[in-house]
Amino acid sequence: METIQKKAENIADELALVQAAKSGDLEAFSQLVKRYDRNIFRIAQHITHNEEDAQDVVQEAFLKAYTNLEQFQGNSKFYTWLVRIAVNEALMKLRRRRADKTVSIDEDVETEDGSMPREVADWSPNPEQLYGQSELGDILKKTIQGLSPGFRTVFVLRDVEGLSTEETAEMLGLSVPAVKSRLLRARLQLRERLAKYFKSRRSGDNPR
Amino acid sequence: MKCSEFLTELTDYLDGSISTSVRVELEEHLQWCHECEVVLNTTKKTIEIYRNNQLYELPDNLRMRLQEAIIRKCKSVKNCKSPD
Repeated sequence: METIQKKAENIADELALVQAAKSGDLEAFSQLVKRYDRNIFRIAQHITHNEEDAQDVVQEAFLKAYTNLEQFQGNSKFYTWLVRIAVNEALMKLRRRRADKTVSIDEDVETEDGSMPREVADWSPNPEQLYGQSELGDILKKTIQGLSPGFRTVFVLRDVEGLSTEETAEMLGLSVPAVKSRLLRARLQLRERLAKYFKSRRSGDNPR
Repeated sequence: MKCSEFLTELTDYLDGSISTSVRVELEEHLQWCHECEVVLNTTKKTIEIYRNNQLYELPDNLRMRLQEAIIRKCKSVKNCKSPD
């Protein structure tokens, strides 16, 4: 766990790097890249589901951040600003790939969407003991890919990358209640789909 | 509290952003509703498992490609203080 002091040092240090990069110090910008390229790649990959697109998104996002550094006012964290650029790039890629469908972050799904819990069996033993690392990874990928882009983007930013509800809302141009509602549905839909793999198998459940 | 109300509050409960009075009601509900208890625990586990298993690693050559692209961009502007 990061201490408050360490967190404050990180933020101060980040601001110093941003200031240096603004005055043209390339090494300072490179340090910012190394600090965040993993996170940006993960977010891009989750949204686009395509490694080539995700790589492009990382490159375009950092180049855009570099070119527009002057516009970064320091009101938010640099990371939040960077993620916002990357999310926009990633959604644009996704729209291009699915030219036939509209992809919108604020799509409102009021219909039956699989959020109501149906699977209510406990998960034991622990899913991490039930599957090998690579098989577990495949299950997790397949499951999250089944969510709509709006839901999985909110889930990834909030629960995987640990951004706050407010930051996520600001980044996606959504209201705080809209983020909360999407997050709830995303969590419940993932839970429901994972239950297929993780629920306890009692002898009676096993068709023979 | 009904199960549907429990579900509505679930996200705030998991994130710890809930008022004390609602939290008390939720916890009372959990004492007798096994199904909601399972939903709570497995939702918690869902979040945890995605947080603990980073699914995508940075491709090997991406950082280098990115670095080169930034140096090119840097050289195209006047105030670039590139090492070379």
